[in-house]
Amino acid sequence: MVDTPFANAPLVPATNDAAPLLDVRGLSVSFGHGPAAVRLVDNVSFAVGAGERVALVGESGSGKSVTAQALMRLNPHMQVSGVVQIGGCNLVALSDKEMTAERGASIGMVFQDPMSSLDPLMTIGDQVAETLRLRGVSAAAARARALRVLDELRVDRAAERLAAYPHEFSGGMRQRVVIAMALIGEPKVLIADEPTTALDVRVQERVLDLLYSVSKERGLAVLLITHDMGIVAGFADRVMVMYAGRIIEQNDVEPLFASPRHPYTQGLLGAIPRIDQKREQLQSIPGAPPTPFTRPPGCHFNPRCAMAMEICRKDYPAMIETGSARVACHIHGGGHA
Amino acid sequence: MLEIRGLSKSFRSAAGTSVQVLRDINFTVRPGQIAGLVGESGSGKSTVIRCALGLQRPDSGSVSYDGIDVHAARGPQLMRFRREVQPVFQDPYASLNPRMTVERLIDEGLRVHRLLPDAAARRDRVVELLEMVGLDASAMPRHPRAFSGGQRQRIAIARALAIGPRLLICDEPVSALDVSVQAQVINLLQEMQERLNLAILFVAHDLAVVRHICSEVAVLERGVIVESGKSDEVLGTSQYPYTRALLEAVPIADPLEARRRRCARLSVAASPGGNGYE
Ligand SMILES: Nc1ncnc2c1ncn2[C@@H]1O[C@H](COP(=O)(O)OP(=O)(O)OP(=O)(O)O)[C@@H](O)[C@H]1O
Ligand SMILES: Nc1ncnc2c1ncn2[C@@H]1O[C@H](COP(=O)(O)OP(=O)(O)OP(=O)(O)O)[C@@H](O)[C@H]1O
Ligand SMILES: [Mg+2]
Ligand SMILES: [Mg+2]
Repeated sequence: MVDTPFANAPLVPATNDAAPLLDVRGLSVSFGHGPAAVRLVDNVSFAVGAGERVALVGESGSGKSVTAQALMRLNPHMQVSGVVQIGGCNLVALSDKEMTAERGASIGMVFQDPMSSLDPLMTIGDQVAETLRLRGVSAAAARARALRVLDELRVDRAAERLAAYPHEFSGGMRQRVVIAMALIGEPKVLIADEPTTALDVRVQERVLDLLYSVSKERGLAVLLITHDMGIVAGFADRVMVMYAGRIIEQNDVEPLFASPRHPYTQGLLGAIPRIDQKREQLQSIPGAPPTPFTRPPGCHFNPRCAMAMEICRKDYPAMIETGSARVACHIHGGGHA
Repeated sequence: MLEIRGLSKSFRSAAGTSVQVLRDINFTVRPGQIAGLVGESGSGKSTVIRCALGLQRPDSGSVSYDGIDVHAARGPQLMRFRREVQPVFQDPYASLNPRMTVERLIDEGLRVHRLLPDAAARRDRVVELLEMVGLDASAMPRHPRAFSGGQRQRIAIARALAIGPRLLICDEPVSALDVSVQAQVINLLQEMQERLNLAILFVAHDLAVVRHICSEVAVLERGVIVESGKSDEVLGTSQYPYTRALLEAVPIADPLEARRRRCARLSVAASPGGNGYE
């Protein structure tokens, strides 16, 4: 292996004594009122330190994007409870105006749907440069910086494209524009929701390497939401697995892949198509995840779990901590929550 | 069944110059076949799809579907094309009308083409389709905004399958899906292909998925097809540098191997003229 500053860096940083940059405790999110209210995210707690990269994974509909939107307080119809601390300031308690300032200054967000963050009537160059312009950076300097970031993200013919509009971009280019918009203001925390789904593997690799370097060198804390375990393996220090609105397992990346504890995590890792193998049928976890309206009592995974016991149908398992691992599963003991 | 011949397309760039995006594309999808089109971001995949669907007019070349010239079709021929060929677009947010309920979105084709006049039968069909893509009847009265990214992508697939098309043209249909649901949708598409002889033009950037589902594949690079053939051959043993580069960048779900690769990459990049970000 080549000797590089990265080769010697610990894959998992030594535990940070300083307070984490992003600290989330008991986050719950509901929609609707009274009997029609439905809880989409339930009692989620985690922390991301400076320079740390944490991945949030889970099946479609498990609550990953709702969690991200709640952190940023983006949906006025969501009822959010719990504590979200960024650099010592509780976002849940801020006024709307304070929150808007905080969003621009210290948190960058990349949405799952790039078009929702792009203005179809504004040129790409103006949109990427906007954060800097609002801070009083000159038009020429902001434009030069926008060009630099787009170049770094491998947008072809970027200089020429600054004057183009979103509809003239391919799906993958739009996604990179949105990443550029989030990075250009040099935030402390980046929340990226499926930021590379529209990218081919080479560009994806490039974009993730860039995020990785920014995180290492500038201490950017990254919460990466993805469904791709390959990306998780290469990018994250730590992984959180979400199922039906709850985090059911959390561990450093190596032990999580080497010895997943929760039967759901085991299933998730078994369903990956490999380029070097061809199988007749892809293995999928039997059944479908419950909707927020049909979550079964006990452990929400129990109807799909080959190892479910009597207690799994009755009580929700408590989160048990052993070493770096945290798992909420009765097989691993610990009683109910 | 679908024949794309000599397709070329250029756009006027913001600077006013003309940029050629597709050059002399030839591509065929045979009945009951799943054919893949892969290539890096911006290589022209979605443009091929829009031309194949008749949504964008090529500068030259032709697209024919089962004897219908897609860019000249009118009246009953156009109706037949629209009924037999269904698209699934790359962006499920933009392609689903936010004001329609999921039930309306999925049964729209059935109503437009008067395929199931009985309302109860239509409803049953919608439930059946939702279940095939891993959703259920509780989705019917809700609007697209109340769904996650992957759920919307599956609603778009259910909508495309509703009227029993003969050819599905899909642009990144499973990119937003986790492996488990992705496996379910891929198995569903394969089953439809085997049982109903459904043909699929499958555009995706995930080579593992493409190799799994497609029998034939073409590789697009900057608007030109640079390689095509049996997907096992093209994606298994290709010596073509561009295809190899795409294959080598497929992330491997193994943290140690992934880290080794990154170290190698970043050490190359850190040499003079590197890529430091400030
Ligand atoms: N605005 C909303 N109103 C009601 N329910 C919602 C709303 N937004 C999301 N949901 C529901 O909340 C659940 C979690 O959605 P979320 O978007 O967080 O999923 P996700 O984990 O990001 O999935 P994906 O991987 O498919 O993007 C889903 O079942 C979804 O239907
Ligand atoms: N309406 C348009 N006006 C100008 N240029 C366009 C237009 N539509 C597409 N292009 C350009 O054509 C090229 C191919 O775009 P296309 O959307 O076909 O790529 P793609 O292969 O689908 O990429 P991706 O994987 O990122 O979705 C890109 O350079 C894009 O900027
Ligand atoms: Mg999501
Ligand atoms: Mg595209």
